[in-house]
Amino acid sequence: MVSTIIITIGIAFNFLGCLGLIRFPDVYNRLQSATKCVTLGTCSILLGVLVHYGFVEVGVKALIAIPLLFFAATVGAHALVRGSHIAGIKLGDKSVKDDYKEVEK
Amino acid sequence: MRFIALFIILLVFWLLITFSLTLANIVVGAVAALIGALLFGKYFVHNLYKFGQPKRYYWFVIYLGIFIWEVLKANFDVAYRVIHPAMPIKPGIVRVPLEVKSEIARTMLANSITMTPGTITVDIIGDDIFVHWIYVKSDKPEEYAREVSGRFEKYIKKIFE
Amino acid sequence: MLEVLLYIQIGLCAFCLYRIIRGPTVADRMVGIDIFGILVVGICAIMAITTDRMFLLDIGIAWVILSFIGTLTLAKYLSGKKLNE
Repeated sequence: MVSTIIITIGIAFNFLGCLGLIRFPDVYNRLQSATKCVTLGTCSILLGVLVHYGFVEVGVKALIAIPLLFFAATVGAHALVRGSHIAGIKLGDKSVKDDYKEVEK
Repeated sequence: MRFIALFIILLVFWLLITFSLTLANIVVGAVAALIGALLFGKYFVHNLYKFGQPKRYYWFVIYLGIFIWEVLKANFDVAYRVIHPAMPIKPGIVRVPLEVKSEIARTMLANSITMTPGTITVDIIGDDIFVHWIYVKSDKPEEYAREVSGRFEKYIKKIFE
Repeated sequence: MLEVLLYIQIGLCAFCLYRIIRGPTVADRMVGIDIFGILVVGICAIMAITTDRMFLLDIGIAWVILSFIGTLTLAKYLSGKKLNE
Protein backbone atom coordinates (compact mmCIF):
# COMPACT_ATOMS: atom_id res chain seq x y z
CA MET A 1 0.00 0.00 0.00
CA VAL A 2 2.81 2.42 0.91
CA SER A 3 4.62 1.42 -2.27
CA THR A 4 1.58 2.35 -4.39
CA ILE A 5 1.51 5.82 -2.83
CA ILE A 6 5.24 6.35 -3.49
CA ILE A 7 4.86 5.19 -7.11
CA THR A 8 1.87 7.52 -7.59
CA ILE A 9 3.94 10.49 -6.36
CA GLY A 10 6.71 9.49 -8.76
CA ILE A 11 4.34 9.35 -11.72
CA ALA A 12 2.90 12.76 -10.78
CA PHE A 13 6.42 14.25 -10.95
CA ASN A 14 7.03 12.45 -14.26
CA PHE A 15 3.85 14.03 -15.61
CA LEU A 16 4.94 17.53 -14.55
CA GLY A 17 8.35 17.02 -16.13
CA CYS A 18 6.82 15.91 -19.45
CA LEU A 19 4.38 18.84 -19.32
CA GLY A 20 7.39 21.15 -18.97
CA LEU A 21 8.92 19.45 -22.00
CA ILE A 22 5.87 20.61 -23.99
CA ARG A 23 5.32 24.06 -22.48
CA PHE A 24 8.73 25.72 -22.07
CA PRO A 25 9.99 27.90 -24.92
CA ASP A 26 13.60 26.83 -25.61
CA VAL A 27 15.94 23.82 -25.30
CA TYR A 28 17.66 24.91 -22.09
CA ASN A 29 14.46 25.40 -20.10
CA ARG A 30 13.00 22.15 -21.42
CA LEU A 31 16.10 20.35 -20.21
CA GLN A 32 15.77 22.03 -16.79
CA SER A 33 12.24 20.80 -16.25
CA ALA A 34 12.64 17.39 -17.86
CA THR A 35 15.90 16.33 -16.20
CA LYS A 36 15.00 17.29 -12.65
CA CYS A 37 11.40 16.15 -12.48
CA VAL A 38 11.73 12.94 -14.50
CA THR A 39 14.87 11.82 -12.65
CA LEU A 40 13.29 12.34 -9.23
CA GLY A 41 10.07 10.68 -10.40
CA THR A 42 11.86 7.58 -11.66
CA CYS A 43 13.98 7.40 -8.47
CA SER A 44 10.72 7.52 -6.55
CA ILE A 45 9.28 4.62 -8.59
CA LEU A 46 12.41 2.54 -7.90
CA LEU A 47 12.10 3.39 -4.19
CA GLY A 48 8.53 2.10 -4.40
CA VAL A 49 9.83 -1.22 -5.76
CA LEU A 50 12.26 -1.39 -2.81
CA VAL A 51 9.43 -0.76 -0.32
CA HIS A 52 7.18 -3.34 -2.03
CA TYR A 53 9.70 -6.20 -1.90
CA GLY A 54 11.93 -5.29 1.06
CA PHE A 55 15.67 -5.96 1.14
CA VAL A 56 15.70 -9.08 -1.05
CA GLU A 57 17.36 -9.52 -4.44
CA VAL A 58 15.10 -7.28 -6.49
CA GLY A 59 14.92 -4.58 -3.81
CA VAL A 60 18.70 -4.25 -3.59
CA LYS A 61 18.88 -4.04 -7.39
CA ALA A 62 16.36 -1.19 -7.36
CA LEU A 63 18.42 0.57 -4.68
CA ILE A 64 21.57 0.29 -6.82
CA ALA A 65 19.77 1.61 -9.89
CA ILE A 66 19.01 4.92 -8.07
CA PRO A 67 22.59 6.39 -7.92
CA LEU A 68 23.30 4.94 -11.36
CA LEU A 69 20.29 6.71 -12.87
CA PHE A 70 21.17 9.87 -10.96
CA PHE A 71 24.71 10.19 -12.34
CA ALA A 72 23.64 9.14 -15.84
CA ALA A 73 20.92 11.81 -15.95
CA THR A 74 23.11 14.65 -14.63
CA VAL A 75 26.08 13.94 -16.90
CA GLY A 76 23.75 13.55 -19.87
CA ALA A 77 22.20 16.93 -19.09
CA HIS A 78 25.62 18.64 -18.94
CA ALA A 79 26.61 17.10 -22.25
CA LEU A 80 23.37 18.09 -23.99
CA VAL A 81 23.47 21.70 -22.72
CA ARG A 82 27.09 22.21 -23.72
CA GLY A 83 26.60 20.51 -27.09
CA SER A 84 23.58 22.57 -28.03
CA HIS A 85 25.32 25.82 -27.02
CA ILE A 86 28.35 24.96 -29.13
CA ALA A 87 26.08 23.98 -32.03
CA GLY A 88 24.84 27.59 -31.99
CA ILE A 89 21.28 27.20 -30.75
CA LYS A 90 20.14 30.56 -29.35
CA LEU A 91 18.64 31.11 -25.93
CA GLY A 92 14.91 31.96 -26.02
CA ASP A 93 13.40 35.44 -26.27
CA LYS A 94 12.86 35.83 -22.53
CA SER A 95 16.54 35.32 -21.67
CA VAL A 96 18.32 38.17 -19.92
CA LYS A 97 22.01 37.22 -19.92
CA ASP A 98 24.60 35.04 -21.66
CA ASP A 99 28.09 35.11 -20.16
CA TYR A 100 29.17 31.90 -21.88
CA LYS A 101 29.07 33.36 -25.39
CA GLU A 102 32.03 35.67 -24.74
CA VAL A 103 34.50 33.04 -23.57
CA GLU A 104 33.48 30.24 -25.94
CA LYS A 105 36.02 29.67 -28.66
CA MET B 1 47.47 0.64 -5.29
CA ARG B 2 44.86 2.56 -7.26
CA PHE B 3 44.27 -0.50 -9.45
CA ILE B 4 43.51 -2.68 -6.42
CA ALA B 5 41.03 -0.16 -4.97
CA LEU B 6 39.21 0.17 -8.30
CA PHE B 7 39.21 -3.64 -8.71
CA ILE B 8 37.53 -4.11 -5.31
CA ILE B 9 34.91 -1.44 -6.01
CA LEU B 10 34.05 -2.96 -9.41
CA LEU B 11 33.84 -6.49 -8.00
CA VAL B 12 31.51 -5.41 -5.17
CA PHE B 13 29.31 -3.58 -7.72
CA TRP B 14 29.15 -6.70 -9.92
CA LEU B 15 28.21 -8.93 -6.98
CA LEU B 16 25.48 -6.48 -5.94
CA ILE B 17 23.83 -6.25 -9.36
CA THR B 18 23.97 -10.01 -10.04
CA PHE B 19 23.22 -10.97 -6.42
CA SER B 20 24.40 -14.57 -6.39
CA LEU B 21 27.49 -16.02 -4.66
CA THR B 22 28.25 -19.05 -6.85
CA LEU B 23 31.86 -19.70 -7.83
CA ALA B 24 31.25 -19.21 -11.56
CA ASN B 25 29.67 -15.82 -10.98
CA ILE B 26 32.58 -14.65 -8.81
CA VAL B 27 35.14 -15.76 -11.42
CA VAL B 28 33.32 -13.97 -14.25
CA GLY B 29 33.03 -10.83 -12.12
CA ALA B 30 36.71 -10.94 -11.17
CA VAL B 31 37.81 -11.19 -14.81
CA ALA B 32 35.51 -8.33 -15.87
CA ALA B 33 36.66 -6.17 -12.93
CA LEU B 34 40.31 -6.89 -13.77
CA ILE B 35 39.82 -5.73 -17.37
CA GLY B 36 37.98 -2.62 -16.17
CA ALA B 37 40.67 -1.80 -13.59
CA LEU B 38 43.51 -2.21 -16.09
CA LEU B 39 41.78 0.01 -18.66
CA PHE B 40 40.53 2.80 -16.39
CA GLY B 41 42.80 2.67 -13.33
CA LYS B 42 44.82 5.68 -14.42
CA TYR B 43 41.72 7.91 -14.25
CA PHE B 44 40.88 6.94 -10.65
CA VAL B 45 41.47 9.30 -7.67
CA HIS B 46 45.12 9.90 -6.79
CA ASN B 47 45.44 10.19 -3.02
CA LEU B 48 43.83 7.10 -1.60
CA TYR B 49 44.64 7.82 2.07
CA LYS B 50 41.59 10.12 2.12
CA PHE B 51 39.36 7.02 2.08
CA GLY B 52 40.63 6.13 5.56
CA GLN B 53 39.63 9.32 7.36
CA PRO B 54 36.30 8.85 9.20
CA LYS B 55 35.66 12.61 9.53
CA ARG B 56 35.05 12.77 5.78
CA TYR B 57 32.28 10.14 6.01
CA TYR B 58 30.64 12.11 8.82
CA TRP B 59 30.51 15.25 6.66
CA PHE B 60 29.32 13.15 3.70
CA VAL B 61 26.25 11.96 5.62
CA ILE B 62 25.36 15.54 6.65
CA TYR B 63 25.89 16.70 3.05
CA LEU B 64 23.63 13.91 1.75
CA GLY B 65 20.79 15.09 4.02
CA ILE B 66 21.11 18.72 2.91
CA PHE B 67 21.38 17.60 -0.71
CA ILE B 68 18.18 15.51 -0.64
CA TRP B 69 16.30 18.42 0.94
CA GLU B 70 17.54 20.79 -1.78
CA VAL B 71 16.56 18.29 -4.52
CA LEU B 72 13.00 18.08 -3.17
CA LYS B 73 12.80 21.89 -3.04
CA ALA B 74 14.12 22.05 -6.61
CA ASN B 75 11.38 19.77 -7.85
CA PHE B 76 8.57 21.72 -6.23
CA ASP B 77 10.08 24.95 -7.58
CA VAL B 78 10.20 23.63 -11.15
CA ALA B 79 6.72 22.10 -10.81
CA TYR B 80 5.37 25.51 -9.73
CA ARG B 81 6.89 27.17 -12.78
CA VAL B 82 5.43 24.49 -15.09
CA ILE B 83 1.89 24.68 -13.71
CA HIS B 84 1.66 28.49 -13.39
CA PRO B 85 -0.29 29.80 -16.41
CA ALA B 86 2.03 32.77 -17.04
CA MET B 87 5.29 30.73 -16.65
CA PRO B 88 7.41 33.00 -14.38
CA ILE B 89 10.80 32.33 -16.00
CA LYS B 90 13.75 34.68 -16.62
CA PRO B 91 16.54 32.42 -17.91
CA GLY B 92 20.17 33.23 -18.55
CA ILE B 93 23.72 31.86 -18.35
CA VAL B 94 25.81 33.32 -15.51
CA ARG B 95 29.51 33.01 -14.53
CA VAL B 96 30.29 31.95 -10.98
CA PRO B 97 33.84 31.80 -9.53
CA LEU B 98 34.88 28.47 -7.96
CA GLU B 99 36.75 27.92 -4.70
CA VAL B 100 37.35 24.15 -4.76
CA LYS B 101 40.42 23.01 -6.67
CA SER B 102 40.62 19.21 -7.08
CA GLU B 103 39.01 17.45 -10.04
CA ILE B 104 36.66 15.14 -8.15
CA ALA B 105 35.43 17.95 -5.91
CA ARG B 106 34.61 20.02 -9.00
CA THR B 107 32.79 17.08 -10.57
CA MET B 108 30.64 16.56 -7.48
CA LEU B 109 29.92 20.30 -7.20
CA ALA B 110 28.83 20.42 -10.85
CA ASN B 111 26.52 17.42 -10.35
CA SER B 112 25.04 18.97 -7.20
CA ILE B 113 24.40 22.27 -8.98
CA THR B 114 22.63 20.47 -11.81
CA MET B 115 20.17 18.87 -9.39
CA THR B 116 19.27 21.99 -7.36
CA PRO B 117 16.59 24.68 -7.98
CA GLY B 118 16.62 25.84 -11.56
CA THR B 119 20.34 25.54 -12.33
CA ILE B 120 22.26 23.41 -14.87
CA THR B 121 26.05 23.44 -15.20
CA VAL B 122 27.15 24.22 -18.75
CA ASP B 123 30.97 24.21 -18.60
CA ILE B 124 34.03 24.83 -16.45
CA ILE B 125 36.74 27.07 -17.97
CA GLY B 126 39.74 27.90 -15.79
CA ASP B 127 38.42 28.80 -12.34
CA ASP B 128 34.90 29.76 -13.41
CA ILE B 129 31.81 27.64 -13.68
CA PHE B 130 29.06 28.58 -16.16
CA VAL B 131 25.52 27.91 -14.99
CA HIS B 132 22.19 28.13 -16.83
CA TRP B 133 19.71 29.58 -14.36
CA ILE B 134 15.94 29.47 -14.94
CA TYR B 135 15.26 32.62 -12.88
CA VAL B 136 18.16 35.10 -12.65
CA LYS B 137 17.39 36.87 -9.40
CA SER B 138 19.84 39.79 -9.43
CA ASP B 139 22.65 41.44 -11.39
CA LYS B 140 25.41 41.29 -8.78
CA PRO B 141 28.05 38.54 -9.19
CA GLU B 142 28.49 38.07 -5.40
CA GLU B 143 24.83 37.19 -5.03
CA TYR B 144 25.05 34.58 -7.78
CA ALA B 145 27.84 32.82 -5.97
CA ARG B 146 25.90 32.69 -2.72
CA GLU B 147 22.69 31.50 -4.39
CA VAL B 148 24.19 28.92 -6.75
CA SER B 149 27.15 27.27 -5.05
CA GLY B 150 27.39 28.66 -1.51
CA ARG B 151 25.17 25.98 -0.02
CA PHE B 152 27.40 23.09 -1.10
CA GLU B 153 30.90 24.48 -1.45
CA LYS B 154 31.83 24.40 2.23
CA TYR B 155 30.69 20.80 2.69
CA ILE B 156 32.38 19.59 -0.50
CA LYS B 157 35.60 21.28 0.65
CA LYS B 158 35.46 19.35 3.91
CA ILE B 159 34.66 16.03 2.17
CA PHE B 160 37.08 15.98 -0.75
CA GLU B 161 39.96 18.34 0.10
CA MET C 1 -4.38 0.23 -9.30
CA LEU C 2 -0.82 -0.42 -10.44
CA GLU C 3 -2.04 -1.36 -13.94
CA VAL C 4 -3.66 2.07 -14.27
CA LEU C 5 -0.40 3.74 -13.19
CA LEU C 6 1.48 1.64 -15.75
CA TYR C 7 -0.82 2.87 -18.54
CA ILE C 8 -0.39 6.48 -17.39
CA GLN C 9 3.39 6.08 -17.45
CA ILE C 10 3.22 4.61 -20.98
CA GLY C 11 0.97 7.52 -21.99
CA LEU C 12 3.63 9.99 -20.80
CA CYS C 13 5.88 8.70 -23.59
CA ALA C 14 3.47 10.40 -26.03
CA PHE C 15 4.68 13.79 -24.70
CA CYS C 16 8.25 12.84 -25.55
CA LEU C 17 7.20 11.58 -28.99
CA TYR C 18 5.42 14.89 -29.62
CA ARG C 19 8.67 16.73 -28.83
CA ILE C 20 10.70 14.34 -31.00
CA ILE C 21 8.39 14.81 -33.99
CA ARG C 22 7.67 18.54 -33.65
CA GLY C 23 10.96 19.79 -32.12
CA PRO C 24 12.10 22.86 -34.04
CA THR C 25 15.83 22.12 -33.63
CA VAL C 26 18.01 19.00 -33.44
CA ALA C 27 18.71 19.56 -29.74
CA ASP C 28 14.99 19.43 -28.88
CA ARG C 29 14.74 16.00 -30.47
CA MET C 30 17.75 14.81 -28.50
CA VAL C 31 16.22 16.01 -25.22
CA GLY C 32 13.10 14.03 -26.12
CA ILE C 33 15.13 10.87 -26.76
CA ASP C 34 17.05 11.27 -23.47
CA ILE C 35 13.87 11.65 -21.40
CA PHE C 36 12.22 8.76 -23.27
CA GLY C 37 15.07 6.52 -22.11
CA ILE C 38 14.51 7.45 -18.47
CA LEU C 39 10.74 6.87 -18.75
CA VAL C 40 11.34 3.34 -20.08
CA VAL C 41 13.26 2.53 -16.87
CA GLY C 42 10.19 3.53 -14.87
CA ILE C 43 7.99 1.30 -17.07
CA CYS C 44 10.35 -1.64 -16.45
CA ALA C 45 10.23 -1.06 -12.68
CA ILE C 46 6.43 -0.95 -12.53
CA MET C 47 6.08 -4.01 -14.79
CA ALA C 48 8.42 -5.91 -12.46
CA ILE C 49 5.77 -5.49 -9.74
CA THR C 50 2.61 -6.05 -11.80
CA THR C 51 3.82 -9.16 -13.66
CA ASP C 52 6.01 -10.37 -10.75
CA ARG C 53 8.96 -11.10 -13.03
CA MET C 54 12.21 -9.97 -11.42
CA PHE C 55 14.41 -9.94 -14.53
CA LEU C 56 12.65 -6.80 -15.82
CA LEU C 57 14.61 -4.77 -13.27
CA ASP C 58 17.88 -6.07 -14.77
CA ILE C 59 16.65 -4.83 -18.15
CA GLY C 60 16.02 -1.46 -16.50
CA ILE C 61 19.59 -1.21 -15.14
CA ALA C 62 21.03 -2.15 -18.54
CA TRP C 63 18.74 0.41 -20.20
CA VAL C 64 20.05 3.21 -17.91
CA ILE C 65 23.63 2.53 -19.00
CA LEU C 66 22.80 2.17 -22.71
CA SER C 67 20.69 5.32 -22.83
CA PHE C 68 23.50 7.21 -21.04
CA ILE C 69 26.03 6.15 -23.69
CA GLY C 70 23.56 7.05 -26.44
CA THR C 71 23.00 10.52 -25.00
CA LEU C 72 26.74 11.17 -24.73
CA THR C 73 27.26 10.09 -28.33
CA LEU C 74 24.46 12.33 -29.61
CA ALA C 75 25.78 15.29 -27.56
CA LYS C 76 29.26 14.79 -28.95
CA TYR C 77 27.87 14.70 -32.48
CA LEU C 78 26.01 17.93 -31.71
CA SER C 79 29.16 19.74 -30.56
CA GLY C 80 30.78 18.96 -33.88
CA LYS C 81 33.64 16.67 -32.78
CA LYS C 82 34.79 13.40 -34.27
CA LEU C 83 33.45 10.39 -32.41
CA ASN C 84 36.89 8.86 -31.76
CA GLU C 85 38.20 11.75 -29.63
